[in-house]
Amino acid sequence: MHLARVLGRVVATAKYPGLEGVPLLWIQPLDENGAAAGDALVATSAISSGPGDVVSWIDGREAALTCPVHFVPVDAAILGFVEQAARLGEVVARQES
Amino acid sequence: MLIGKVVGSVVATRKDAKLGGAKLLVVQVFDQQNKPKDQYVVAIDAVEAGVGDMVLYATGSSARQTDRTEGKPCDAVIMAVVDSWDLGGKNVYEKWA
Amino acid sequence: MFLADVIGSVVTPVAVPFLAGRVQLLVRPLTGPGKPQGRVRIALDLVGAGPGDRVLVMDEGNSGRQLCEVADAPVKTVVVAVVDSLDIDGATVYSHTDRPELETLPAKGGALR
Repeated sequence: MHLARVLGRVVATAKYPGLEGVPLLWIQPLDENGAAAGDALVATSAISSGPGDVVSWIDGREAALTCPVHFVPVDAAILGFVEQAARLGEVVARQES
Repeated sequence: MLIGKVVGSVVATRKDAKLGGAKLLVVQVFDQQNKPKDQYVVAIDAVEAGVGDMVLYATGSSARQTDRTEGKPCDAVIMAVVDSWDLGGKNVYEKWA
Repeated sequence: MFLADVIGSVVTPVAVPFLAGRVQLLVRPLTGPGKPQGRVRIALDLVGAGPGDRVLVMDEGNSGRQLCEVADAPVKTVVVAVVDSLDIDGATVYSHTDRPELETLPAKGGALR
């Protein structure tokens, strides 16, 4: 599981069956300082989130297990909304929900 | 998942028997700013995409989680046709523009 | 499995039901001798580890689900052990009892805010 920031929303009508209603979001992976780490990618989301949110996400086949139907071709999924991430006692991310 | 544009198709007569009937498309990867990257993948199509379409593809073992790719030698599958996306609320790509 | 240092924690009040009430830690993967390698990630804590501990992390879906004893759990990265000591080529490279001080905090904190 990793940290990321939500960049934007993706709209797709023709999707693999089972993914209807599942949100798709551009996310930018982050390192422990909140700096961008690696290239942006698209992930499904198990929660409602929007641009600017810091989230946790999972990659690989396990990502599909966050979708309503588990047998779907999904390799990245947002798991949760990060309210606070602390690094050695120092808060690196905090969001007011 | 990553976003790319379908730029062509692959025809191969001599291939693994399990790939029989698979529609192989060449996808050029695009970044979140809608700029093409010098990166291409060949993906099996699961959503009736065509040349010129902007698509989402999943990689790794997730790519085998469709009816068309289950149990087949496949590590990339097209799982959605993208209509549009925005970054921070600003529209970046619009299929029907 | 790989070695890692626990460098912090992550709180996700809104998340998939599976994560409710579970402790998530920020871990920095290490080489055997203790050099950072790869991207910092979030791991589920099963052993009561905390910041400053060196731990053993499992990063594989099937194993993660078995350890959590939840079928279809969306989990991959799990802290499975706290390291007491680590020997490489006969030399002790890490000992929990005389572990080094936590690194000094960076001045640029708050970048995510």
